[in-house]
Amino acid sequence: MSVEQVLFYVFAALAVISALSVITLKNVVHSAVALAATLLSVAGIFLTLHAEFLAGVQVIVYVGGILVLFIFVIMLIAIEKSIIERQFNRQWAVALITAVLLMGELGFVVWRGPDSLVLAEPLPASPSVLGVTGNSQLVGETLYGQYLLPFEIASILLLVAIVGSVALSKKKTQAE
Amino acid sequence: MVPIHHYLILGAALFTIGVVGVLTRRNIMVILMSIELMMNAVNINLIAFSDRLGHVAGQVFAIFVITVAAAEAAVGLGIVIAMFKNKETMNINEIDLMKW
Repeated sequence: MSVEQVLFYVFAALAVISALSVITLKNVVHSAVALAATLLSVAGIFLTLHAEFLAGVQVIVYVGGILVLFIFVIMLIAIEKSIIERQFNRQWAVALITAVLLMGELGFVVWRGPDSLVLAEPLPASPSVLGVTGNSQLVGETLYGQYLLPFEIASILLLVAIVGSVALSKKKTQAE
Repeated sequence: MVPIHHYLILGAALFTIGVVGVLTRRNIMVILMSIELMMNAVNINLIAFSDRLGHVAGQVFAIFVITVAAAEAAVGLGIVIAMFKNKETMNINEIDLMKW
C-alpha cells in the first residue's frame, strides 16, 4: 500500500469513529470535541485528494470558526441542566430503518460499479490561463473567473446571515 | 491510488451517521452538529470527483458548501440563543410552539 492509501484509511476510520461519537456521547461538550476530530480527519482526506487549499479552509473555517462558535454557545447556555435531561428520542426504529434504507440506496449506486460512475466526458483540464498548476491558484482562478456570480451571491448570503443572527440575538431596547 | 468508490462509501457513511444523529438526539446543539457532518460528507464526494475528473470546479462548489454551512451555523446558533432566553431549554421536545 502506498502512503496515500494508508493515510486515507487511517483518516477514514478516524472520521467514522469520531462521527459516531458525536451522535452517541451524552455530554454535548464531548460531542463538540468529537466533531473537531471528525472535521480534522476530513481535512486529512482532502489532502489525500490533492485539495490542499480546501484542507486549509476546512481547518480554518470549520474547526477555527464554526466549531468555536458552537463551543461558545454551549458554554453560554447552561450545560449542567442539559446533561441531566434525557438525550435520546425514542425513535431508534425510525432512525434504523432510515439509516438502512439510505445506506442501501447509496451503497447500491456505488456497488453498481465504477462504470456507472463515469458520469460525463472528462472535462477539459482546468483552465490555467497563466500556466499555473498550484492548487490554490487554480481554485482562485476558477472561483474569480468562471464562478464570479455565485461568489457574489455567496457574499450576499453571508451578509444576510450576519444581519439575521444579530437581529435574532440582540436585546430589545427601551425605545422598542 | 485509492479507488473512488471508497471515498463515496465514506461520504455515504458520514451522511447516514448525520441523519441518524438528527433523528435520535434531543439536544439541539447535537442536531446542528449532525447537519455539519452531513455537509462534510457532501464535500468529500465533491472533492473526490473533482480530483478524479481533473477539474477544480468541484472544489469551488465545496467552498460554497462551506459558506452555506457557516451561514447556517450563525443563524442556527442565533435561534438557539433566542430560544434559550425564552424557554430555558435545549431539548427540542419542549419546543413545540408550532406543533399542531
